[in-house]
Amino acid sequence: MPRIRVEVDGVPYEDDVEPRLLLVHYLRDRLGKVGTPVGCDTSNCGACTVLLDGLSAKSCSVLAVQADGHEVTTVEGLGTGARPHPMQRAFHEEHALQCGYCTPGMIMAAIDLLRENADPSDEEIRDGLEGNLCRCTGYQNIVRAVRGAAGEMRQGAPEREVSP
Amino acid sequence: MIPASFEYVRALSVEEAVTALSAAGEDAKVLAGGQSLMPLLRLRLAYPDPLVDVGRIEELREIRDTGDALVIGALATHHQVLRDPLVRAHAPLIAQATATVADPAVRHRGTFGGSLAHADPAGDLPAVAVALDAVFLLRSVRGEREIPAADFFVDWMTSALEPDELLTGIRVPKLGPGWGVHYEKFHRTAQAWAIVGVACAVRRERGAIEDARVALTNMGPTPVRAHAVERFIEGRSVSGDAFRAASEHAAEGTSPPADLHGSSEYRAHLARVLTARALTAAAAV
Amino acid sequence: MSEIAPEALAEKAAEDAPVSSPDPAREIGAPRRRSEDARLITGRTRWTDNLQPPGTLHVAFLRSPHAHARIVSVDVEQARARPGVVAVFSGADLAEEQGGLPCAWTVTEDMKTPLHPPMAVDEVRHVGEPVACVVARDRYAAVDALEEIDIDYEPLPAVVDMEQAVRDGTPLVHADLGTNESYRWVFENGDVDAALRDAPVVLERRYVQQRLIPTAMEPRAVLCEPDGEDFTLTSATQIPHILRLMLATVTQIPEHRIRVVAPDVGGGFGSKLQVYGEEVLCLLLARRLGRPVKWTESRSEGNQATHHGRDQIQRLTLAADRDGRIRGLKVDLLADMGAYLMLVTPGVPLLGAFMFNGIYKMDAYSFTCTGVFTTKTPTDAYRGAGRPEATFGIERLMDELAAELDLDPIEVRRRNWIRHEEFPYDTIAGLTYDSGNYEAATDRALALFEYDKLRAEQADRRERRDGVQLGIGVSTFTEMCGLAPSRVLGSLSYGAGGWEHASVRVLPSGKVEVVTGSSAHGQGHETAWAQIAADRLGVPFEDVKVLHGDTAVSPKGMDTYGSRSLAVGGIALYGACDKVVDKARKVAAHLLEAAEDDLEFDAGRFSVRGVREAGATLQEVALAAFAAHDLPDGVEPSLDSDATYDPDNFSFPHGTHLCAAEVDTETGMVKLRSYVAVDDVGSVVNPLIVEGQVHGGLAQGIAQALYEEAVYDAEGNLTTTTMADYLVPSAADLPEFVTDRTETPATSNPLGVKGVGEAGTIASTPAVVNAIVDALRHLGVDDVPMPCTPERVWRALREAFDENPEPSTGTAPGAGGGLGSAGGAQ
Repeated sequence: MPRIRVEVDGVPYEDDVEPRLLLVHYLRDRLGKVGTPVGCDTSNCGACTVLLDGLSAKSCSVLAVQADGHEVTTVEGLGTGARPHPMQRAFHEEHALQCGYCTPGMIMAAIDLLRENADPSDEEIRDGLEGNLCRCTGYQNIVRAVRGAAGEMRQGAPEREVSP
Repeated sequence: MIPASFEYVRALSVEEAVTALSAAGEDAKVLAGGQSLMPLLRLRLAYPDPLVDVGRIEELREIRDTGDALVIGALATHHQVLRDPLVRAHAPLIAQATATVADPAVRHRGTFGGSLAHADPAGDLPAVAVALDAVFLLRSVRGEREIPAADFFVDWMTSALEPDELLTGIRVPKLGPGWGVHYEKFHRTAQAWAIVGVACAVRRERGAIEDARVALTNMGPTPVRAHAVERFIEGRSVSGDAFRAASEHAAEGTSPPADLHGSSEYRAHLARVLTARALTAAAAV
Repeated sequence: MSEIAPEALAEKAAEDAPVSSPDPAREIGAPRRRSEDARLITGRTRWTDNLQPPGTLHVAFLRSPHAHARIVSVDVEQARARPGVVAVFSGADLAEEQGGLPCAWTVTEDMKTPLHPPMAVDEVRHVGEPVACVVARDRYAAVDALEEIDIDYEPLPAVVDMEQAVRDGTPLVHADLGTNESYRWVFENGDVDAALRDAPVVLERRYVQQRLIPTAMEPRAVLCEPDGEDFTLTSATQIPHILRLMLATVTQIPEHRIRVVAPDVGGGFGSKLQVYGEEVLCLLLARRLGRPVKWTESRSEGNQATHHGRDQIQRLTLAADRDGRIRGLKVDLLADMGAYLMLVTPGVPLLGAFMFNGIYKMDAYSFTCTGVFTTKTPTDAYRGAGRPEATFGIERLMDELAAELDLDPIEVRRRNWIRHEEFPYDTIAGLTYDSGNYEAATDRALALFEYDKLRAEQADRRERRDGVQLGIGVSTFTEMCGLAPSRVLGSLSYGAGGWEHASVRVLPSGKVEVVTGSSAHGQGHETAWAQIAADRLGVPFEDVKVLHGDTAVSPKGMDTYGSRSLAVGGIALYGACDKVVDKARKVAAHLLEAAEDDLEFDAGRFSVRGVREAGATLQEVALAAFAAHDLPDGVEPSLDSDATYDPDNFSFPHGTHLCAAEVDTETGMVKLRSYVAVDDVGSVVNPLIVEGQVHGGLAQGIAQALYEEAVYDAEGNLTTTTMADYLVPSAADLPEFVTDRTETPATSNPLGVKGVGEAGTIASTPAVVNAIVDALRHLGVDDVPMPCTPERVWRALREAFDENPEPSTGTAPGAGGGLGSAGGAQ
């Protein structure tokens, strides 16, 4: 079994893995990082989106061995309830989630989108999130949240607590 | 779903990769970005033996200028291709079509060479390669060979790659001044595959089309060059009527598939409508 | 269509049904950000698949590749020998103990209900039906071993087409039943035949509600942990309470030995309102093996094995006078049950029986529904359940009637709808609509939509024979929520009641625990219920914790579906809060040495009328009730209470939705240009949550109109097994919605609430299809079957053109590309 070294949310790991092990199962079943869920088997839904060396990737369509030597950031590595990432806070403020199952992937994809384009139009946000499906929100508040987070992140706003 | 077990070989150089492929049998599969392969593995529609991971061969990521052409390394990701100044300057049709491939996360990992080697006629890039008369650069322990795009796509998801061969790069002739390009993709949702796509490049001179290249996505088991359209339009003045008349020939010689998203008849109709639109957009240089 | 200026309309509408502006001092009505979010946005979730108790074994199911076949033999020996495999079972191995899955709704006395074993024993009747299972050390080993199971099938004929299925001589899905017809259910009021015979205008239409896959983002998952004779079953379910009772009934394990937990549940939309074979089997496997067992569905598995929705063929006949007044409506349905009757399968289309009349008055109505077996995945509730089908039928017909009479579609509705002064109104379908104001919602929607301006643009495009035509779709809908008055369910032979339960505990420290029988899976009950309790008890929002989704914590409940949570469960909570205040009043009166009647309760504090300073807070009362040192006679220690609410009537949200669609007449592509939804859901607890529910509902209704369809081939194979083929729209495929509300409180409950979970879905599908047809009607098109794919739109145009090559105005479809429309598909 190949041995891999991966840094996940700032913590280094070294593990022997079956070559066929999916990165998302490595995260969930081996590391206990269950914040990243699985929603499909064809890479359509995007629920499993993480950042791989800073770029969004669907962790159900990456083998753990492919992540060897790389850095993974999951939704668990972004912020905490008390000190959330601006994107997390924007999702809360704009009611951009209902059941929340797509939310980790949606947030990671949205962060990636702003890395590419710090001030996207609504249309650019919608196009940029085409790889992430949500069944609850109709996307409208997600678009609002990304727009809101973009404004805040451009101003480099300090992290604030989530209002109750 | 979960992939079946497979033997895994990590190749760190082209040499290692072709050696591994040479030692393997017919069932070997090359893993590049994995964005087409992983769903097949997970649905257990593919049982590779072994899986040769070439994803770490840095030299295959390069995009370089060779004078009258670009050579795009097979492992250049869609993300990389989209932003590459050489591609934008000399092969804008590739940049345009690549922007329509899948979604940003998939484009981060999916590779130019991988999409082409996958030889899915519903993929956007094969038709573009055919339209641009790209040349596929292959390596094996037996040596190197070059195959023109027109000969590379053999059948549905089947390319001219031998089991022991690796696609290392694609040479794309530069388009000079006067060329306009357009990729017209028609799909039901943003995520859906093209029902039909039209890759089009035309060169205008003194109000006439001097040169035209048109290739179709998903109009047969392989990408199809619409030669009849090209022949009709070349030498004619730029006009809506001329484009409409030319596009009437778009479905000639095609054998469009019928599936959930469109019948053969509808695809033939779409090919005509979309070809006219693609010509119109491309000609407005 | 109207000479009144939009502004004037908006003003008038606002006068008619103003939306109450929230009182800043009150929790009810405040746009609270959700307390659920903190864990969901940080990944600290409890999805069932996240749970992995020590020693957990993983289950994988082998499923039928045939639509219909006899199982000749099952050989599991090779699979058993695989490394890491603990056990392998066929259906026959578990036949003695697995029982049959329940159907809780025997809609007619002679309804045919086939046995539905959780794992097939002798015969499979749809692709995806479980036939064997592997229990292994991990999920990879379990799936690997499936490939080693050898099953010999003898194929039987597939029964795919409903209309074919009910013809004589068609192969039977269940040979022992002797028919593919499960039931025929009839409702009649007034003389429909006379109306159809006598009316000057009679329209006959056939509409098809395609089969849909609910597609909650979280695939199903089940974990069962044995503990001696007890079992804790954790499941991605909407119905922990119903599931517990049904598991006990099916397995004969005593009900009090089973605890069901619904942890974080990632959406349901009806698909998790079910008692699934995998749930029963995980319980049985945990009992057999004495270890925790877990099963997690893959998406491609779920598309075949999680119940589907809709799938009905409607034959509708509408009779009207020349002025557009409806005389009668005859509804004749074929409803596809799929291969088996699941929890409420047969009842779903019948919910439509009460809704086909919509918001309209008529003299006569008849409804007939025939439930049909086919060799397909069973159908059951999907967001709206019966009501979207009915709303689609009547709202499409209203547009057809308008076209037939050359009336504006709004005008023909106005002439028929129940006027706001006519409430309460007894409808032809036997319900009493308590409140509503269709005029107000419609006027508001017209103003927001800029209806007249769009009509002018439409006329211009027609005139110019533009390659992109514009259509306007109208849907003035109502629906029935708050399922349901138990006596009504009884009269419909449903197997249970429709009440809901809540309890409220004021803890010694003054903090409050609310326990609800509703089981949220994305709706935001933890926030909205806390708002209600905080409002009624006068305590801070932050001091309220809502507990739900665990039968050990919340022992009584009827769970969440049918837009019932607030309209039934919220009212139970309201009642429980009142009881707590009543009890607190007794204690406070005793503490303050005042008469109960002299106490005022405001903002969480009791005070003696006229003596503000003499008072006791609820927290002080709670502590006194806990200490119990000095309670009045007859008052039990501790400050808590509970209430069970059984509604007297349904509630009836309504609204007016307007959709503008651009149709590319060359390609058939439809693009939604704008969408206005004005909903009247009565009083509102949290406007943010209400708006979110409307958005999501719209997306699903639009998706039915344009994108989604579960497709079976002639052999009964599902061809849309993955998300690559079953097209769920992304953000890039949907427009920005304009939403607004009018507010006519429900009179049937003290909060005035109606329910909002399904409104958007119910209203939007006909609005979109009406818009498409409206764009093309002048070209001879009067219907496009759903989903309105580009090819179907193109075919409709072509057929119309073939029938009448020279329509009044308009372009010939399929005439090849034109410069004028080159931008149409951009």
